[in-house]
Amino acid sequence: MSTLTTNYLAPTGREEAWRFTPLARVGGLLDPSTAIESVNSLRITSPQPEIKLSVKSAENLPALSESDDLATIRAREVIDEVTHIEVSANAQISEPLIIERSGLTGKPQASRTLISCGVNSHSTIILNNNGDAILADEIEFDLAPGSNLTFISLQEWSAKAVHLGRQHAVISKDATFNSIVITVGGSLVRLLPTVEYSGPGSSADLQGLYFATDGQHLEHRLHVNHNVPNAKSRVNYKGALAGDKAHTVWIGDVYIRANAEGTDTYELNRNLLLSDGARADSVPNLEIETGEIVGAGHASTTGRFDDEQLFYLSSRGIPAEIARRLVIRGFFAEIVGKIKNEEIENRLMDRIDSELAKVEA
Amino acid sequence: MSTLDIKGLQVSVATEAGFTEILRGVDLTIKSGETHAIMGPNGSGKSTLAYSIAGHPKYTITGGSVTLDGADVLAMSVDERARAGLFLAMQYPVEVPGVSVTNFLRTAATAIRGEAPKVRTWVGEVKEAMKALNMDTNFAERNVNEGFSGGEKKRHEILQLELLKPKFAILDETDSGLDVDALRIVSEGVNRIKGNSDLGILLITHYTRILRYIKPDFVHVFAAGKIVEAGGPELADKLEEKGYAEYTTA
Ligand SMILES: Nc1ncnc2c1ncn2[C@@H]1O[C@H](COP(=O)(O)OP(=O)(O)O)[C@@H](O)[C@H]1O
Ligand SMILES: [Mg+2]
Repeated sequence: MSTLTTNYLAPTGREEAWRFTPLARVGGLLDPSTAIESVNSLRITSPQPEIKLSVKSAENLPALSESDDLATIRAREVIDEVTHIEVSANAQISEPLIIERSGLTGKPQASRTLISCGVNSHSTIILNNNGDAILADEIEFDLAPGSNLTFISLQEWSAKAVHLGRQHAVISKDATFNSIVITVGGSLVRLLPTVEYSGPGSSADLQGLYFATDGQHLEHRLHVNHNVPNAKSRVNYKGALAGDKAHTVWIGDVYIRANAEGTDTYELNRNLLLSDGARADSVPNLEIETGEIVGAGHASTTGRFDDEQLFYLSSRGIPAEIARRLVIRGFFAEIVGKIKNEEIENRLMDRIDSELAKVEA
Repeated sequence: MSTLDIKGLQVSVATEAGFTEILRGVDLTIKSGETHAIMGPNGSGKSTLAYSIAGHPKYTITGGSVTLDGADVLAMSVDERARAGLFLAMQYPVEVPGVSVTNFLRTAATAIRGEAPKVRTWVGEVKEAMKALNMDTNFAERNVNEGFSGGEKKRHEILQLELLKPKFAILDETDSGLDVDALRIVSEGVNRIKGNSDLGILLITHYTRILRYIKPDFVHVFAAGKIVEAGGPELADKLEEKGYAEYTTA
């Protein structure tokens, strides 16, 4: 149960990191007087031979990285056990390990996980988040040299769920981290996909999709810390919003430190506004401390539905609502296609279709 | 036998400076099996006529009527017009990112035919139509008009014409941006479709070049938003020789 420590101060909403978030809706997760239960929230539904899951005491498995995120600080205070997922060195696993949440009560809870990928291993892990939750969650990724991990985080929460999460990767020499973050459910979801490097030749590819309807607040704050030479990063997030008071926030912070010569980075965020009452905030931010780089760029666009596309499809006899669906599916296809799992791709597209139908009705 | 009847059509477009009248009373009747060429200088309103018949939301009808076998086309939504049997091959076909040609064609055919085409016959049908237009099979996996060359876009329009089998097709500058080989393939496609059906065609063009391949029954000269002269194929020869000067300076 929670204990109050001196270094924790609840956010007021005036902080840069919290200025977009509706703090009244975080279900007590940031309130030091609220009891938060520590939970081992992950279980394997589709195992793979060379990946094992164990539960360890928090003292024996301290956090890999520092964090100034208040939700993470608060969660670390209350966590007593940590889930450890380990991919064996040199394992070449083509099928995904699928994990899902369990033990979530819909009351304030906190969970912490470390995913360690052994030297030269190659694997894919899919995390399904669904049902009710009020969850502060931290997942750290420790990628050993030469390893390659694709981590797919699916937020298909119920309409009430609150999820404050940090997903932080430390990528060592010649390792590759591919993150795909898909957020379609939840009342309030605030995720921090963040990356730092610990050796050259390392690479991060951060892809994301979010779809917000009436009243949903979906926030993704990316942070890429180019703190070693010759590392690469790509960020590509796409969002669509429909219905009254749908709100999305995308922050893309990329730092190229003075020692990070040879950095190659590009970040992109595109938002599609499907109705008037929706709001998409998009803030790319690139800070460069060395000129000796391969490339650095960013772009952010927020636009309305393209009437010319709709006209073209309609002029071929396709009814307006089917045409809209096609255009939205097309907009997201680039990201969804990266999951490479037809069942999940169809499930996500169907969910997007049905959420959209509810808004239109 | 069907009839597309355009009577006194007046169309305006909203600009920053207010409404501008572009079509100033267009009269034209096309029957099944007929090919009508509309020829006119750039900016005379040819595309506006095409888009207005198809129902593009940018254009406001301020007068006149368009009927298809007596049914009020102007009262129909864009997709209803297509299902009623009208097809517009666009001068500038639109890119639809992330939507494959296969998916698009099947969705359109399902809408037009009122039921999903049988998978087995459909695949063959598409393949054959693509082959006839000299299109590579991997074309079907690409996204609609995305990264297509000018020629590919126009072939893709004619491919749709073949598969959707409308009563009337409006071909808006289908010849523009095509080299001689592509022009021949596209024209042969149109002629083949017409040979196999009772298609009525409204062929919009700036140049007489395409009329060497697709023979019109009637030629209309279009200037400043209306038809200023009508005749047979010989009118095209006259335009070839003298250009539009006599119509634009008048
Ligand atoms: N959407 C539009 N907005 C503003 N002006 C338009 C629009 N469409 C057409 N126009 C104007 O109407 C006139 C006719 O255009 P268009 O129909 O494209 O001619 P054509 O196809 O014969 O070249 C031109 O002066 C053009 O600038
Ligand atoms: Mg034109």
